[in-house]
Amino acid sequence: MASFTIKVNGTRHTVTVNPDTPLLWVLRDTLGLTGTKFGCGRAFCGVCTVHISGEATRSCVTSIESVDGKTITTIEGLSSDLSHPLQQAWIHEDVPQCGYCQSGQIMTAAALLAQKPKPSDDDIDAALAGNICRCGTYNRIRRAIHRAANEVQSIQKGGRR
Amino acid sequence: MTVPDSFTRREFIKVISAGSAGLILGVYCSPGKEQHENGESDPFAPNAFLSIDRQGNITITVARSEMGQGVRTSLSMIVAEELDADWTKVRVEQAPAHPDKYGGQNTGGSSSVRNSYMMLRKAGAAARAMLIAAAAQRWGVAPESCTTQNAAVYHTSTGKTLAYNELLEEASRVAVPSDPPLKDPNDFRIIGKRTPRVDTIEKVNGKALFGIDMKFPGMLFAAIARPPKFGAKVVKFDASKAKAGEGVRQVVQIEDGVAVIAESTWAAFKGRDALQIMWDDGPYARQSSDAIWKSFEDAAMKEGSVDRNDGDAKAAFGKAAKKIEAVYRAPFVAHVTMEPMNCVAHVQADRCEIWAPSQTPQDALGEVSSLLGLPNDKILLHVTLMGGGFGRRLETDYVIEAVKVSRVIGAPVKVVWSREDDMRHDFYRPATYNVIKAGLDNKGMPQAWMHRIVGASAHGLVVGGSRPPYDIPNVFIDSHTLETGVPIGAWRSVGYSQNAFIVESFMDELAHATGKDPVEYRRTLLTKSSRLRGVLDLAAQKAGWGKKLPAGHGLGVAIVQGFGTSVAQIAEVSVDRTSGQARVHRVVCALDCGPVINPDTIEAQVESAIVFGLSAALKDEITIENGGVVQGSFDTYDVLRINEMPAVEVHIVPSTDSMGGIGEPGVPPIAPAVCNAIFAATGKRIRRLPVRAEDLKTG
Ligand code: FES
Ligand code: FES
Repeated sequence: MASFTIKVNGTRHTVTVNPDTPLLWVLRDTLGLTGTKFGCGRAFCGVCTVHISGEATRSCVTSIESVDGKTITTIEGLSSDLSHPLQQAWIHEDVPQCGYCQSGQIMTAAALLAQKPKPSDDDIDAALAGNICRCGTYNRIRRAIHRAANEVQSIQKGGRR
Repeated sequence: MTVPDSFTRREFIKVISAGSAGLILGVYCSPGKEQHENGESDPFAPNAFLSIDRQGNITITVARSEMGQGVRTSLSMIVAEELDADWTKVRVEQAPAHPDKYGGQNTGGSSSVRNSYMMLRKAGAAARAMLIAAAAQRWGVAPESCTTQNAAVYHTSTGKTLAYNELLEEASRVAVPSDPPLKDPNDFRIIGKRTPRVDTIEKVNGKALFGIDMKFPGMLFAAIARPPKFGAKVVKFDASKAKAGEGVRQVVQIEDGVAVIAESTWAAFKGRDALQIMWDDGPYARQSSDAIWKSFEDAAMKEGSVDRNDGDAKAAFGKAAKKIEAVYRAPFVAHVTMEPMNCVAHVQADRCEIWAPSQTPQDALGEVSSLLGLPNDKILLHVTLMGGGFGRRLETDYVIEAVKVSRVIGAPVKVVWSREDDMRHDFYRPATYNVIKAGLDNKGMPQAWMHRIVGASAHGLVVGGSRPPYDIPNVFIDSHTLETGVPIGAWRSVGYSQNAFIVESFMDELAHATGKDPVEYRRTLLTKSSRLRGVLDLAAQKAGWGKKLPAGHGLGVAIVQGFGTSVAQIAEVSVDRTSGQARVHRVVCALDCGPVINPDTIEAQVESAIVFGLSAALKDEITIENGGVVQGSFDTYDVLRINEMPAVEVHIVPSTDSMGGIGEPGVPPIAPAVCNAIFAATGKRIRRLPVRAEDLKTG
């Protein structure tokens, strides 16, 4: 066991766990942040996606040791009030079915939009091909990402006027 | 509207309580038991509750499980409609398992909405009638002169109005009407309208709690080493390495394996990996896919048990002008719910509490009761949200296992399955081997249809949905079910899922063999089924059937009638002949499921069904080696991903006919529609699933 300090959703936490413990289980079992899900533990499915220093990362294959001192955002910290444009778009398109994959989908999409504010369909395919949705919400996910991108753009245009 | 059988049961409604809690109505839907016919002699045991509290919030407690199919929303909408409630204030609460209080709690067979539609309408209507009576009494006017809207009673001529929550006590003293007037469906303002789901918000902010998210104070975590071969047992094990792992508390044997108990899921997983276990061979040590297919092939040479015998198919086949024969194979497939199996259990000396993502809470309750020797009322089994069900969670294995572990260690525990555990210890859709023959007359129309099915273990799951929905005078279906050792279970759309592939692909073969258009050919054979003909025509029209396509593209059609719903799908596919990769570009789906509660849910469920069926058609096969499952995770058993997703169009036939289900019927047509499109594009007939690149490569 060893101690590690991470900043999750703006709050610093010091945890004492095995150095090889994946961040996923620290979030879920130690910190009680269960919005981040477990699906495979091998970086195949994407349901465990969080942001580490802004980057979409599979927390199931990221050891706590490797993120000591880093800043982490989970679905619970994406916004405090559902105000993130992707959450709004997700509600508008009524994307979730069972909902289990959706935290990972949204976190992956959020990192994509941060890099490419106006992603093409190919960009979406490339960024989200690692996120499985067994309920098949893919077409709605795509629509929601485009919607969020358009919203953000029109707000920005409005702001410049 | 035709009323399906399930609606003819008797429903009773009674006031459960009033006063500070508000108005609570209990709704009892009799499953047709004689002794309940008079409704008086038995203690009243409601199986749904409708409550209105002082703030005007309306809660219905229902017994069906939410696994992504939107059932909480659909059921809320039905009550809100008849009650004239503000629908945004209606919430569904999940009932815990109870052996009889809630009627059937199984969530399967695409039945939740159709089985509770009338009951919930009547409950809403009864409450509304009681609220009207209460207002009319207070105003001294005739109830007939009052109307309701948006959770309030109005007296039009005087302009008086009272909100529902101001009327609760008086309403609870009104006799419950036995036959409250139901709305004319033409007046519906919620049912049939596109309505957002009630649980979307908690699913986009990470707050939704699934089984895997539940916890008890002081709870420990467990991972279980399960037999690598079907039916194998532990001979001995060495836990010293596992116990040396940090955070590992205990290692215990339960009858189905060895459990590592730890302070976190990760410590439990690691400890489990460090176990050294000697297993016996079990009864199927050398079982393999090759051996299974060989045994199926052998069995197919022999007469099976007769499942259907209309007319005289053998004689008609004997004198047919043209005979066509083919062999089709469907593989074992796994459910692979996104949330792996898990369960949280706390067994104490005289009671037990469980959090289970279960489609069959009553079955689980019964099994836990006999396992622990505790009466049902000492067991509290909560049903959680599920990260997918698809039939996997109709089984109770993962619940029983958690209870066993908690009993041995005497502490609350969460058992989490790794993806590999989940994929290798599933209850699979049965693999089947099919010899199918048709005898055509001189106009090319089928006079005889003979289908022999050989499949693994479960007869109903092997044979279900094999009857062709066409006007064919002589039909003979027989089957063999062989014990292969592979656990078998219900997989979304059960027998239909593989049998539609076989029946609808073979129909396509018949059409092509006689030079007929596959849509027209089916059409002529559907004189007795106007709903199927309707969806076929609509799909053909919307898909532009017969129009010119881009070079290398093909269209394929398939129809299915199941779960009370008629579905037609047309897929547009192209094939890269160098790589052998098939690409599905577009799927047009027309369906007739009778009256629609939420069109948005229908569309979502159909899209979902298509993705689910496409994964299986294009990618998925569970194979067996050395008595166990080969595949373990998404590297060897991949599922459809966003970059492979076709455009999907859903067209709902407006209908007042009987209500059908929607969770499953969209699955079966997609495999044959795609394979028929592959034939149209390439001339290659796919007779075994999944579609393999090697079957489509040229040269
Ligand atoms: S759980 Fe991390 S990618 Fe699947
Ligand atoms: S919504 Fe169920 S897995 Fe994506």
